[in-house]
Amino acid sequence: MELLLVLGVPFAGGIVLAVWGHRSFAPELNSGMSLLTLLAAAALTARVVTDGPILVWNENFFVDPFNVFLVALTAFVAFTTSLFSRPYMRIEAHLGRLSPNRLRLYHSMYQMFSFTMLLALLTNNVGILWVAMEAATLTTVLLVSLYRTPASLEAAWKYFILCGVGIAQALFGTILLYIAAEKVLGAGGTALLWTHLNAVKGALEPTVLGLAFVFLLVGYGTKVGLAPLHNWLPDAHAEGPTPISAVLSGLLLNVALYAVVRAKVLVEGALGTHFAGNLMMGFGLLSVVIAAFLLSRQKDIKRLFAYSSVEHMGLMTFAFGMGGALATFAGLLHMTVHSLTKSAIFFAVGHAAQKSGTQIMEDIRGLIDSNPTIGWGLMIGSLAILGMPPFGVFASEFMLLTAAMHQQPWATPFLLVALGVAFAAIFGKVQPMVFGNATAVRLPHPPALIPVFVHLAIVLLLGLWIPPYLAEWYRQAAQLIG
Amino acid sequence: MPSLPLTSQLINLCAALLLLLAFAMLTQRRILSLINLFALQGFVLVLSTLVVAYSTRQTELYVSALITLALKVLFLPWVLHRLIRALNVRWDVETLINIPATMLIGIVLVIFAFNLATPISQIAGTITKSTLGIATASILLAFLMMITRRKAVSQVIGFLAMENGLFFAATSATYGMPMVVELGIALDVLVGTLVFGVFFFHIRETFESLDIHHLEKLKER
Repeated sequence: MELLLVLGVPFAGGIVLAVWGHRSFAPELNSGMSLLTLLAAAALTARVVTDGPILVWNENFFVDPFNVFLVALTAFVAFTTSLFSRPYMRIEAHLGRLSPNRLRLYHSMYQMFSFTMLLALLTNNVGILWVAMEAATLTTVLLVSLYRTPASLEAAWKYFILCGVGIAQALFGTILLYIAAEKVLGAGGTALLWTHLNAVKGALEPTVLGLAFVFLLVGYGTKVGLAPLHNWLPDAHAEGPTPISAVLSGLLLNVALYAVVRAKVLVEGALGTHFAGNLMMGFGLLSVVIAAFLLSRQKDIKRLFAYSSVEHMGLMTFAFGMGGALATFAGLLHMTVHSLTKSAIFFAVGHAAQKSGTQIMEDIRGLIDSNPTIGWGLMIGSLAILGMPPFGVFASEFMLLTAAMHQQPWATPFLLVALGVAFAAIFGKVQPMVFGNATAVRLPHPPALIPVFVHLAIVLLLGLWIPPYLAEWYRQAAQLIG
Repeated sequence: MPSLPLTSQLINLCAALLLLLAFAMLTQRRILSLINLFALQGFVLVLSTLVVAYSTRQTELYVSALITLALKVLFLPWVLHRLIRALNVRWDVETLINIPATMLIGIVLVIFAFNLATPISQIAGTITKSTLGIATASILLAFLMMITRRKAVSQVIGFLAMENGLFFAATSATYGMPMVVELGIALDVLVGTLVFGVFFFHIRETFESLDIHHLEKLKER
């Protein structure tokens, strides 16, 4: 029942907003729908926490501690982003950058995007997971080009083609997985159900599964933004509207990584070696290093934080690839805190860019004078994402590094250097933007900054003290994915 | 060597035709002919699916053949034809660099594909397992086509041809994916093409051309 609501509400929202998305109350309706989704997700979470994993509708949907935590996170960030998008999109419309029709498209697709991500998380069918991931690309591609500027069209085209090709590789991987599964489980519907696959993973043909994993990793990895397949990510983040950057970074990348991790569980089980984990560690480490060194060359504020997302997704991929209780726990915690912090930063960045009328960092100055809340939001957010104690990112990165020192000592110098370089690059750029002489204009609508501080407060809390039920939940999830 | 049953021979014939068409698409310079080749490839795909369906008595495969016929032979080519008429690029000819070199790379890709497919077709128990190499090859050839093309429309056709190859791989190695997944994939392809269509108009409006060299401004400086 809760599951039906979690999926049904955003789907209905997408249809309703396709009709009314251009009205003056559309932003409120969008937030309302997202709030309902969040409540449904909370109810679902409560049920899974008390009753354990559930498997419903001919086993087509499956909720365990691993995905329910991502469902809750997705619904929460989707809701706060919709709160942020209310004044943000009104200001954009006021500035004449958007017509009513585009606002309608935006609102409708925002809900559809939530729907596809939740579907990807909740489905038990590996094939439907693929379909939902592809649909998530399709819903966001027209949002990236919402402003119809040459740069935004280019970004959307790149996003479309690169992710399209990537996702085609993932489909081939899924087909290979089905070939191997069909041998064991027989043809028909059940051979692609993750729970069934997981039960028989030891019996699956290892060569085919190894090959399948390569394709799945490259395919979904394109969407995670793993180097060297990350080219679409900074463009799409920089050129689309900021609420979309926030949900792309905070949610879509997580969901894609979720798909990779699910595949990894099967493949490790079938191969009995650490092949899948090693591949993930390699790609993860490469992304961390490449992104860290590209950070200092950025001029556009949203590109800067997009590269920071590549770096953090690399860290998570590395953590999940390394495996083991501590590293996986760190990876899950990092997923949570990164998604909260990065979306908070994008909220602050969005309003900062609107106030200064530009996304070029050199022209954004003195936020602390013109609007102290935006200034502090950006400053604290940046410190949090850079892994300063006492924020949650510090806790997860610390755990990750500890695990790396034990299990893969060779990797720690690379990680430490990359984190240091990233710190210097981001801090050096954010500091003059926040302090310095103000260049800002007044906004026609008051900015929404409550979400920024709510997110940062949660991240701070997670850095200081993880509630026992949450820790237990992470531990269960970590056990599931090993 | 014992002679194969008629159905296997027909499937192998279809597979060979698919590979031939993949090469033809790789070197076709006129956009209009490219769309027709794409439709033809879809048609061969339908034929081979029907033969597999008939010989294995898999009723689900008749349905997916029907979907393929409706979507890839009739609807998508129709949409593409309308698009190029509306965009007035019907008679456009692309300047392709170095067709012989592209062909040679294509041949290397085919050999690579067969190598890749050998371990998989060994475990697949279907009568069509020998065609898996060709399916993989047509995926890679479509991929090559996407890389070498400069026009947005032909990149999209490359993308769709890649989907054709994937579909062929699924039917030849496993007699098709479960129905619900296949329907989902068909829906995604459909929506994707429509989004592409909308997109062409935006690109045209902004750049007054569908040449994607306009879309190469965003780079790391």
